[in-house]
Amino acid sequence: MNVNLKVKRFDPADSTRDSWWQEYNIDIHQDSTVLDALIHVREYEDTSLALRCACRASICGSCGMKVNGSAKLVCKTRIAGVAPNGEQIIVEPMGNQPVIKDLVVSLDTFFNQVKRVEPYMQPDYVPESGEYIASNESMENLLTAMNCIMCGCCVSDCTVLEVDDNFIGPAALAKAWRFVDDPRDAKKQDRLKDLNYEDGGIWDCTRCMQCVEVCPKGVNPMERIMELRDQAIKVGFRNTNGARHAEAVYGDVGHSGWLDELRLPIKTFGIFNFKELIKLIPIGIKSQLVGKRPPIFHKSIPGVQNIRKIFERYSK
Amino acid sequence: MFEHDILIVGAGLAGLRAAVEGVKNGMNVAVVSKVHPVRSHSNAAQGGINAPLTDRGDDWEGHAYDTIKGSDFLADQDAVEVMSREAGDAVIELERMGVIFTRGEDGKLGTRAFGGQKVARTFFVGAITGSALLHVLYEQSLKLGLNVYEEWFVTKLIIEDGECRGVIAYDMKNGELHTIKAKAVIMASGGNGRVFEPSTQALICTGDGIALAYKAGVPLMDMEMIQYHPTTLARTGILLSEAARGEGAYLLNSNGERFMEKYAPDYMELASRDVVSRSEQTEIDEGRGINGNVHLDLRHLGRDFIEKRLGYLQEVSLEFLGIDMAENPVPVRPGMHYIMGGIKTDINGLTEIPGLYAAGECANVSVHGANRLGANSLLDTVVFGRRSAQHAVEYVKSVSSNSKSENDLKLEKERLQAILDRPKGENIAKVREDMAVNMTKGIGVWRDQKSIEGALENLKNTKKRLPNISVEDKGKFFNTNLIFALELEFMVDNAEAIIHGAITRKESRGANYRTDMPDRDDENWLKHTLVYYDSNNENNVRVETSPVTITKWEPVKRVY
Repeated sequence: MNVNLKVKRFDPADSTRDSWWQEYNIDIHQDSTVLDALIHVREYEDTSLALRCACRASICGSCGMKVNGSAKLVCKTRIAGVAPNGEQIIVEPMGNQPVIKDLVVSLDTFFNQVKRVEPYMQPDYVPESGEYIASNESMENLLTAMNCIMCGCCVSDCTVLEVDDNFIGPAALAKAWRFVDDPRDAKKQDRLKDLNYEDGGIWDCTRCMQCVEVCPKGVNPMERIMELRDQAIKVGFRNTNGARHAEAVYGDVGHSGWLDELRLPIKTFGIFNFKELIKLIPIGIKSQLVGKRPPIFHKSIPGVQNIRKIFERYSK
Repeated sequence: MFEHDILIVGAGLAGLRAAVEGVKNGMNVAVVSKVHPVRSHSNAAQGGINAPLTDRGDDWEGHAYDTIKGSDFLADQDAVEVMSREAGDAVIELERMGVIFTRGEDGKLGTRAFGGQKVARTFFVGAITGSALLHVLYEQSLKLGLNVYEEWFVTKLIIEDGECRGVIAYDMKNGELHTIKAKAVIMASGGNGRVFEPSTQALICTGDGIALAYKAGVPLMDMEMIQYHPTTLARTGILLSEAARGEGAYLLNSNGERFMEKYAPDYMELASRDVVSRSEQTEIDEGRGINGNVHLDLRHLGRDFIEKRLGYLQEVSLEFLGIDMAENPVPVRPGMHYIMGGIKTDINGLTEIPGLYAAGECANVSVHGANRLGANSLLDTVVFGRRSAQHAVEYVKSVSSNSKSENDLKLEKERLQAILDRPKGENIAKVREDMAVNMTKGIGVWRDQKSIEGALENLKNTKKRLPNISVEDKGKFFNTNLIFALELEFMVDNAEAIIHGAITRKESRGANYRTDMPDRDDENWLKHTLVYYDSNNENNVRVETSPVTITKWEPVKRVY
């Protein structure tokens, strides 16, 4: 089967150009993966093409890269799946990470963020003999997060990281969750306190679902981040914009059935937070001009009783 | 200038376990690895780790005997005793580091059955045990602030006055060659699956450490013992864990019969791996296969069970073959998986060169003999990783001087430059593939004098081609083309030792099954084969043998 690859190249030693595109036409078995195709190119067409790969079985996490615009482990990406009718396949290095050469990126920042969450178990005692006793359910619960192979796909396509380097990122947070939810770990409170910071912590996720979409191992980082938020509020860390915002949304919808968007920023930032509130004035004026200003008197929607009932049921 | 007390080559389970031990003992430790630690091939171990836990009514002798029987009595029994005795402690230690082992009702570690053993003593994390262990050891390395030379490729060992004093290594990120001095070096560089085609092993498993030690003068032991795993996925050759059979999966031939009944009526699908692989191959050869495969049937286990306990297997089957294990049987066949042979060490991981240790798949202690039991490889890595570091710590205290010479660095620089300067010649991948396909042909599930000689002939040809391979990429940054050239040289050394081991052993034992000599011959061949690199000899090879250590268990006929 003929495969047409368009690969983004970069060579740090070549000062005449930044990156460039190179096309390869190869003949390969129809059941092949994108990795098989790239290896074929590297072995027989162009030995200077740089990429990382090792296990070929989606367990080592080496071969994360962008295929047709979104991050994938190319070893488990079948050609038939991305180019069913022989379309051109576009391969680029992962995003949000500096390129070293061709498809090889530096994961230094990635691993530093992982390191930042103190990713090792910190119990407060050692059993006299044998293992820590823990229920099987509590261990199975962590299995999803332990599936993370640190390939970097979630970080590559994270829309927050695209605009904000401070965000600790989905992979590191999923790793953090793995310890927060481990009954053997004694640092839950400290961990949550540490992650609950403004400008980069758990509240910076915009819930765009991109990490869930691209994660090749079903880790669902965003879900893990939401659970961290939940737990942070539960143990009493409410003094962040994020926590206040979540509580305000919960309060509004639970009471009137919809958001009171006029007062939401005040509840989120605090009434004396003039710095943040002043920033909103232009938006307020603009929404007034185009007739989109939220009503001054916030009324409940019809049938609000039903919504309140739902809230009652799930807040138990 | 880089200088350490202990330098570990390889960052898989054996390497990281050794490193943790060294750091805890106050040593200046570093790990050098051609890949980031979490990319290491220990990841690929799926099914679990064996340990006889005494508080669960098991005993070390039971595990030791199963291991020795599995090895077809080629394992050194003192080494097996060390492994079996230290196993429980090693597994508990991993749990305390944070491994999320599957539990029983009582909240204690739960087990599953595995091949070659009647007692269920395999501890596991779903079907990602190796990955779960590796990531936890990586976590420990972060906690301890371990020094890692990441994506550095070791090209040579520094041997001075008969002692190992460090390595020469190439920084793949910028193409610089460096001396890393060390008072002790622990080789933990993994297997050599790429010498064969196909293989379940990763593309990085090129036997680098085995070749480095070999070239430094250390003998390689029982290199003919190549494990063919009974269940590798059709076409792709991807590993499907023995855990499937441990949890109750059947092997079926084209008539839908559980053919293991004929070959191992007592153990059935859970006979040792060499036995199951040969049985499958017999079915296939005699026309009862399914397009060169047999069927692995998990349907009766149920979807829920499969997804919870064998999730990764289902993922692989779905992704790579589009087969849902809960609905259909999966075509599998024997595939090259592991090498029991390796760098000869004593029970402390020490090689014949002072200051040079080896642990894990690259080493041969020997605990696996002629056939390794499933879930004993992870155990081997942590027990002997730890042990070799403990011994190295003591050794380092007695070493006063460090390497002084820069001569090795100069010679290596010239050697690498000469490779880069070669005119356009043979393609590296082509030469490797020709060699690897012929290795599988010659040193396969079955072998005989003719097939082994065929492999040797082919290797001679490969060695002739080797100086003509060319590196077209002349760049300094991430030049994988150059790395592949260096790896190919290592692979050829590995192949040579394997073939000479196989040609020497005139019997069938474990994985070394010779159709022309189908019986085990304890009288003449209850021995290890030792292959030395020797520049005074023809082909630079010298073969010797050494006795097997028997302590408690006299060899008997091996029946499953």
